[in-house]
Amino acid sequence: MDFEKELLALKQQVADKPGPENKLTMIVFSGELDKHLAALIIATGAAAMGMKVVLFYTFWGTAALRSPKKKANGKNLIEKMFGIMLPRGNNKLILSKMHTLGAGTAMIKGLMKKKHIASLDEMYEMAGALGVQIYVCEMSMDLMGMKMEEMIDYPNMRSAGVATMLADAKESSVQFFI
Amino acid sequence: MADYEIKKTLDYKGLACPMPIVKTSMEMPKIAVGDVVEILSTDPGSIADFPAWARTTGQAVLEVKQEPGLIRIYVKRQK
Repeated sequence: MDFEKELLALKQQVADKPGPENKLTMIVFSGELDKHLAALIIATGAAAMGMKVVLFYTFWGTAALRSPKKKANGKNLIEKMFGIMLPRGNNKLILSKMHTLGAGTAMIKGLMKKKHIASLDEMYEMAGALGVQIYVCEMSMDLMGMKMEEMIDYPNMRSAGVATMLADAKESSVQFFI
Repeated sequence: MADYEIKKTLDYKGLACPMPIVKTSMEMPKIAVGDVVEILSTDPGSIADFPAWARTTGQAVLEVKQEPGLIRIYVKRQK
């Protein structure tokens, strides 16, 4: 066995392999306030650390991007019902625990204000300024009858599919799922 | 005592994690390479977070001073 030859071949393989980028890809699947706070704190924090940040909103996560001011036309009855039942934007999200008919969520929001913790609205603005990219899962939107035209105004946001997210995740050095 | 000149003070008192780091990183392009800025924070997380941020972004934390109810962090822009 020619170890030197093998070592050289292995070294070459390592050298040819592109390393992961200084990038974070996060899947935002959940639809609760606490989990969205965590997602946005991590996203803005990572952008501040000089990382490229990609957020992929899917399933229950997508409703957090709805704008309370915008409406989409051309929905059928079931899509309209989904629209009513799903939270219209991040201000309507509730805690995953201790919601207690709204009292717990209201209390957390009050405490956040008192302790000067940024609201989701403020963090979306910050994320936009830092160049955080948002992809909204096309299939989730289609399934629940949501449309891009009812989403918040955000500088780097468009709809995409799983391949877009996977391509980003593959290049990223950090991947999260919330 | 430190032998550097403070070019700018960034007042982030009252802000919670991650805002002191986020706002500092947004200020960095406005600071000349080699200049030192003072950051005022009341978030105890800043003591650990600024050195971690500097290590990752290639900046330098020269000093972290803790006073009652106030943290002063001195950051030098390296690049």
